[in-house]
Amino acid sequence: MPRHNKTQLEIKMEDVGIEIDEQVEHNSDDDAGRRGKTNRRQQNHKPSPAGVRKNRNNNRSQPQARNGRRTAVEDDSEDEEEDEAPKPRRGNRKKPAKAQDSDEESEDEQPNRKTNKKGGNQKQKEEPNNKEKQADKKGKGKDKDKDDSKDKKKKKRKDSSSSSSSSSSSDDDSMSEGEMAKLMEEVEEKKKLVSNMRNKPWRMKRRLAALKEAQSFVEKFEGALGKGKGRRLFAYKVMMRKKWIKFQRDFDNFKTSCIPWERKIKEVESHFGSSVASYFIFLRWMYGMNLVLFGITFGLVVIPEVLMGLPYGSIPRKTVPRAEQAKAMDFSTLWDFDGYCKYSVLFYGYYNNQRTIGLLKFRLPLAYLMVGIGTFGYSLMVVIRTMASNANESGGDGEDSDFLFCWKMFTSWDYLIGNSETADNKFASITTSFKEGIVDEEENQKDENIHLRRFLRVLANFLIICSLGGSGYLIYFVVKRSQDFATRNDLGWYEKNEVEIVMSLLGLVCPPLFESIAELEEYHPRIALKWQLGRIFALFLGNLYTFLFALFDEVNQKLAVEESIKNATIWATQMHYANFTGNTSATPPPIDPADVIRGPCWETTVGIEFVKLTVSDIQVTYITILVGDFLRAVIVRFLNYCWCWDLESGFPSYGEFDISGNVLGLVFNQGMIWMGAFYAPGLVGINVLRLLTSMYYQSWAVMSSNVPHERIFKASKSNNFYMGLLLLILFLSLLPVVYTIMTLPPSFDCGPFSGKSKMFDIIMETIELDFPAFVGNIFSYVANPGLIIPAVLLMVWLAIYYLNAVSKAYENSNLELKKKMQMQRDEEKNRRNNQDSTNSIMKDLEDLLPIKSEDGNNTAPENKASTNKNDPPKAPKGADKQGGASRNGSRVNPEKEMSLAVQNPRIAVTRPPGPRPPGPLPGNPQLTVPGQRGRGPPQRVGRGQPRH
Amino acid sequence: MFLLVFCRLHSRYHELAPNLVPMDYTNDPDCKVPMQLIINMPELTENPFKERIVESFSEAGDGNLSFNDFVDMFSVLSEMAPRELKAIYAFKIYDFNTDNFICKSDLEQTLNKLTREELTPEEVNLVCEKVIEEADLDGDGKLAFADFENMISRAPDFLR
Repeated sequence: MPRHNKTQLEIKMEDVGIEIDEQVEHNSDDDAGRRGKTNRRQQNHKPSPAGVRKNRNNNRSQPQARNGRRTAVEDDSEDEEEDEAPKPRRGNRKKPAKAQDSDEESEDEQPNRKTNKKGGNQKQKEEPNNKEKQADKKGKGKDKDKDDSKDKKKKKRKDSSSSSSSSSSSDDDSMSEGEMAKLMEEVEEKKKLVSNMRNKPWRMKRRLAALKEAQSFVEKFEGALGKGKGRRLFAYKVMMRKKWIKFQRDFDNFKTSCIPWERKIKEVESHFGSSVASYFIFLRWMYGMNLVLFGITFGLVVIPEVLMGLPYGSIPRKTVPRAEQAKAMDFSTLWDFDGYCKYSVLFYGYYNNQRTIGLLKFRLPLAYLMVGIGTFGYSLMVVIRTMASNANESGGDGEDSDFLFCWKMFTSWDYLIGNSETADNKFASITTSFKEGIVDEEENQKDENIHLRRFLRVLANFLIICSLGGSGYLIYFVVKRSQDFATRNDLGWYEKNEVEIVMSLLGLVCPPLFESIAELEEYHPRIALKWQLGRIFALFLGNLYTFLFALFDEVNQKLAVEESIKNATIWATQMHYANFTGNTSATPPPIDPADVIRGPCWETTVGIEFVKLTVSDIQVTYITILVGDFLRAVIVRFLNYCWCWDLESGFPSYGEFDISGNVLGLVFNQGMIWMGAFYAPGLVGINVLRLLTSMYYQSWAVMSSNVPHERIFKASKSNNFYMGLLLLILFLSLLPVVYTIMTLPPSFDCGPFSGKSKMFDIIMETIELDFPAFVGNIFSYVANPGLIIPAVLLMVWLAIYYLNAVSKAYENSNLELKKKMQMQRDEEKNRRNNQDSTNSIMKDLEDLLPIKSEDGNNTAPENKASTNKNDPPKAPKGADKQGGASRNGSRVNPEKEMSLAVQNPRIAVTRPPGPRPPGPLPGNPQLTVPGQRGRGPPQRVGRGQPRH
Repeated sequence: MFLLVFCRLHSRYHELAPNLVPMDYTNDPDCKVPMQLIINMPELTENPFKERIVESFSEAGDGNLSFNDFVDMFSVLSEMAPRELKAIYAFKIYDFNTDNFICKSDLEQTLNKLTREELTPEEVNLVCEKVIEEADLDGDGKLAFADFENMISRAPDFLR
């Protein structure tokens, strides 16, 4: 009871320093004091003389009442009534009764009695009163709370009763304790009613009536009881609550508007279903991840190199060789990422092997390696974390809830929509979601010849494996051929780009082929999408790995070439210096960086390959969209006016959005980025641009020129399947990069690691030079077998971590499900037992129904309800009313209820109110009339008396 | 403060039909604004259930709102109103034929309004059957308020 403590404290503080001897007055019990007290009370309750007058008659019964009260009242919430109890006491009459009171009672009273002696003047009297009580309390902490509240009450009263002198004379106007208690209770009830008024499902007329009633009542008695400040506080509270809610809503809106492309995606989702939207969400997620990668790469590698590294042309690796300079700026050269592009900051070869650069002594080579590894580390972490959180999400929410359609039906409309465009979108999205649900439902109901379907599925898989093998062989063949071509110079455009063309063609042809084969299987579209994704992924994987092996062949060749060139350059440099030293004694001028013989720099070559592949992928994707979707849509749309058959519904029709192809394109592309980013830091920037443009481009294309799928299906809520593919490709692209870093020697004359025998030697070097010696010793032991082992260990650990997270998520969702089932069972039981609880609401509902003339359409109960409101519309209702006193939740007729409520304070009180029964259930709209509780006949006595 | 809100509400009400609604209520005139004017309010004009909303808030069930009904409507549709109250009125709104049950024809009407009749009759039928199957606990083939409340109280989106 924090409030009590507080008051006590306050009182203490007020009274500190004033000394009053209580012993003098102790036990001096006389009438004067008590009379004074009574007077005080009379003043305070001056506004309600009527109630008081009536009370006098019942004074006799008070001792018992008090007794019962003492024992019964335990509840802290009752304190307000409680403190009323001992005070309104009429000395003479009560004396004999008091003697019978319990110890507690008498002890409690002592302070009151004592204090009253002190003065005829009230103001003087009050303070000592408090003081003594305080002292008393200290002595016996028994009745602390009661006394406290008493104090508080008194003070309040003192404040509220301004005209003290005038009314003190009237002897007869006093209130009985029970009366007061009841009044307080009543006022509380009314207040509660007022504050809950908006929660009642009543018609406004009835609400107004009830409100007026309650308000007038509260106004009348509130002043009397010294609680005038409540209402303003309440109004303030309500206002603040409103403001808070509004703020929250605005903040939510703000948060939503901060999510990039949320509107775009929602718009797509509302017209094309969640499956199409899942692609865009995935795209957005990828964009976010790539933005971070871009930040890391550019912030730690590219920009430091640009700002602090040596400028272009200063050293051979940063200069275009003399032989290429003529064509270095041609567009065709640049388009192949040759010429100036090749010797730019975009590629590995440009970076110098200087240990530190700039004033800040930025260790660029180390940063380069760390960024390369950090890219993978960050991606792994993000992918795994997203997967784990998605798994958690999909377990918890009601994807396969019991009320799927119900909720769609009753809660899908957003009542805040006031904009016609938004409304159109909402209609579309509701329709889409219904269609999704219907597809799921139909799938559930379908059962056919299982053997036939099994056979078809096996057949389909066989066909697809055949075509996968075929395309794999084709790629292998082409790569082999291109290796032959690489040595020749008389090549046309086709021969040069054969690999890319074949791969793009396969990417164009195979997915539709797979899709048509998959029609045999008759899977649910969502599952079919997963199969489709898996198959095309396998195809792309084949492409990727053939490409990689071809690349490794090339790298090995280059390494062989490099070895010879390395010797040649050393020889050439020596010759150069020898020539000069032979002629003059002066220091020889350095060789022009453009003329230095240099190695093939396989890292840059690999980087260029990846960048080229990425760019060509972008081109193919965009052109496919432009031709396959947009042009097709334009033709279908406008040629339809003058064509023999209906183009829109006939053969070409509009394109559908190809989810699987696009998702895999994205995944595959990301694999390229991961693999290539180490050799071409600029690739990440290109990718960010690509994702950004394709977000706008594709969402435009899908809205302008695609039609929704024939069977709109619901995407699985977590796009964990996409994430799984991404994780797989991440591991796959991790392998070659780690392999090259670990095993291949870096080029001797280009890149940040030139001059080292292995790339990771940079770490050793840093440890040796920048760390204390013992760290170097430790590392020399640990890292000797190579870093590959820790890398593998890391991967295993990550896999374990992921599995662990997933299993935890499943555990959680299992628990959740169990809880749900338990709840359901409980509810089932409750429903059987608890028919009445809903009854009151039903009655309110009935009351709300329009008053109709009897149409014959109306059902019987409604007729009853509408014909006469005062009659019991239903049997149970009537019963309720008759036994109204006993039933707490029952709603009684409004008029009657009101009258009861009004009359209560004037009812003769014979017994104190007992402990409060458990409060009304929050959901039950009801008007609890306190006077009814547990009190029998005496109540009815006062009813019907006009008030004032 | 409450008075202020009330005044604003009344001025909205007055604007709907300036010639019907008097500004002072001293002699308690009995005026009502016809449904057509109410459902053209920007708050309701896009709502597929606007007619039903107005009807269920009008005391006579004909869609013409007195000022009391009007205030009623706003108070229930406001975000301050509790879920239980909203559930009761939602039930009334979806109960098209006002028989105190949401039966299949009510569901069909609801669905057609929600989807602008873009679903085929078979689909509508399927959905309605599913809804009843899901929410009807006592097996009488229609949703009583208890069913409805049980269902809606668990809905994650039912906040309005």
